[in-house]
Amino acid sequence: MSAYTITLLTSMGISVIFALSLNIITGYCGQISLGHAAFYGIGAYTSAMLTQAGWPFALALPVALLLAGVVGLLVGLSSLRVRHDFLAITTMGVGFLFIGIVRKQDWLGGELGIAGIPASGLGKPAFMMLVMALALLTIMLCVYLKKSWLGFVFDAVAEDEDTACQLGLDSARYKLTAFALGTALAGVAGSLYAHHVRFIAPDSFGFVESISVLAMVIVGGIGSVWGVALAAALLSVLPLWFQIIDDYKLLLYGGLLFATMRYFPAGLAGLLYPLRR
Amino acid sequence: MQGSIYALIALGLTLVYGLLRILHVAHAALFTLGAYIGVLVSNASGSLTLALLCAMLTVGLLGMLMYRWAYQPLLQHPPYVALIASIGLYIAAEELFRLVFGPYGLSYQAPPLQTVITLGNSGIILTQAELAVMIGSLLALLVLHILATRTRLGLAWRATVTDPQMAESFGINIQQVRYINFFIGSALAAAAGVMVALLNNLVEPGMGSVPSYKALAIIVLGGLGNVRGALLAALTLGVIEAFGTIYLDAWLDRDAIAFAFLILVLMWRPHGLLGKAG
Repeated sequence: MSAYTITLLTSMGISVIFALSLNIITGYCGQISLGHAAFYGIGAYTSAMLTQAGWPFALALPVALLLAGVVGLLVGLSSLRVRHDFLAITTMGVGFLFIGIVRKQDWLGGELGIAGIPASGLGKPAFMMLVMALALLTIMLCVYLKKSWLGFVFDAVAEDEDTACQLGLDSARYKLTAFALGTALAGVAGSLYAHHVRFIAPDSFGFVESISVLAMVIVGGIGSVWGVALAAALLSVLPLWFQIIDDYKLLLYGGLLFATMRYFPAGLAGLLYPLRR
Repeated sequence: MQGSIYALIALGLTLVYGLLRILHVAHAALFTLGAYIGVLVSNASGSLTLALLCAMLTVGLLGMLMYRWAYQPLLQHPPYVALIASIGLYIAAEELFRLVFGPYGLSYQAPPLQTVITLGNSGIILTQAELAVMIGSLLALLVLHILATRTRLGLAWRATVTDPQMAESFGINIQQVRYINFFIGSALAAAAGVMVALLNNLVEPGMGSVPSYKALAIIVLGGLGNVRGALLAALTLGVIEAFGTIYLDAWLDRDAIAFAFLILVLMWRPHGLLGKAG
């Protein structure tokens, strides 16, 4: 395998984990988040800071997972207070708040970001294998989740929260679970990203990134594991394959978001399995 | 100053939200387009009035078209569908402006209204353009207020906001109300665009992004669909930002201050400052 293919596959795996992490919150549990890149960022910054302080990558990754998950739990608390459109704007605010804070902190690199993040110490091919394995694990976790008792409750909460409460389901607990799970996974993706690219700056975790990952989930089909994984894989490598697309990346993402919502709201999954719906 | 422009943009958004329950992010694209048309027409003809009229008319019509083609088919879906479609539309539009008009932006060849005037001996100095923007936005608010409270159209509009089905059964043409609503809201956005272009003497593809998210924050803060709330929120946010940048500059940037305030208020009043539960 050439170095190029390895880089490509690594980015792809990271995107798959990241997109699936949002899918748990937005797809399974129906809580829209427009600031998901903040948790990706928390994972990336945690991991970058720790490894620069001399921690091994193997320890930094779980810490990134934990920290992103804990902050995600806190943000999830807001979903108990506000709903629907209000929640969308609140999470968008969280995204802006995150980069606003990072930009002003010199010890986090400020505007310039952090360069020279240590590599994972595995070598590129092995790192790719690790990312692939983690992506596969995430897919399996998502498939399992969807079929589990928890998945059914998420479905109920997404479908109609008030009815779910009437049925005696503690929707607050499940919403928090979804937020904690999803954001922790985003933290993992962020940590992997930091050690893959080895340079991070606030702009990589802004609103545009939040929208890109949302585009993957939407295009793949909200709540569908394979659809989202496929869309994430495609949308993350298309700009790398065709340089020309990279220049018009946002036009493509924006257009796709709109076209998907307008013409086939069920996304790729809806196109591939028309009989199931 | 900043507050009055926020107010104009937020007003258009509130109109749309009040009627359709859609968070209309693409509104900011219309704002940017209005600014571009304004500068282009003004540079070609030399008349600012003509530019303003052209911008408002074209963008207003485009707003109607957008409703017909983009939003109307989505109304039957849950609200996030329209929100995401709208974000997509906005991002694509921003890139399109960049492709068509170039990334560096345009400015007035002969910037109009740049004379500096001093108000009496109060020591307040401002340019004619700044004065025009303030008077213009106040005028727009006033006209809108009269329209909403004193005319048949305003009555139909308020009835449709309160209860669309009931309004329809009383013989109000809801579609027509929605079209007019989109026309007015979009024309207001175009006017705001022309004014901002006048103030900064610069039009660039990304000029809509910050006002759009801020305007969203404002209408959410005010209690969605609540016009008075939106105006109150626009003013409050302007003041908070101004003071925040003085005292909190070491920790947060301007946008972060605005959104931190938004989050705090929503945790305290989940339906916005003047919003009602339910």
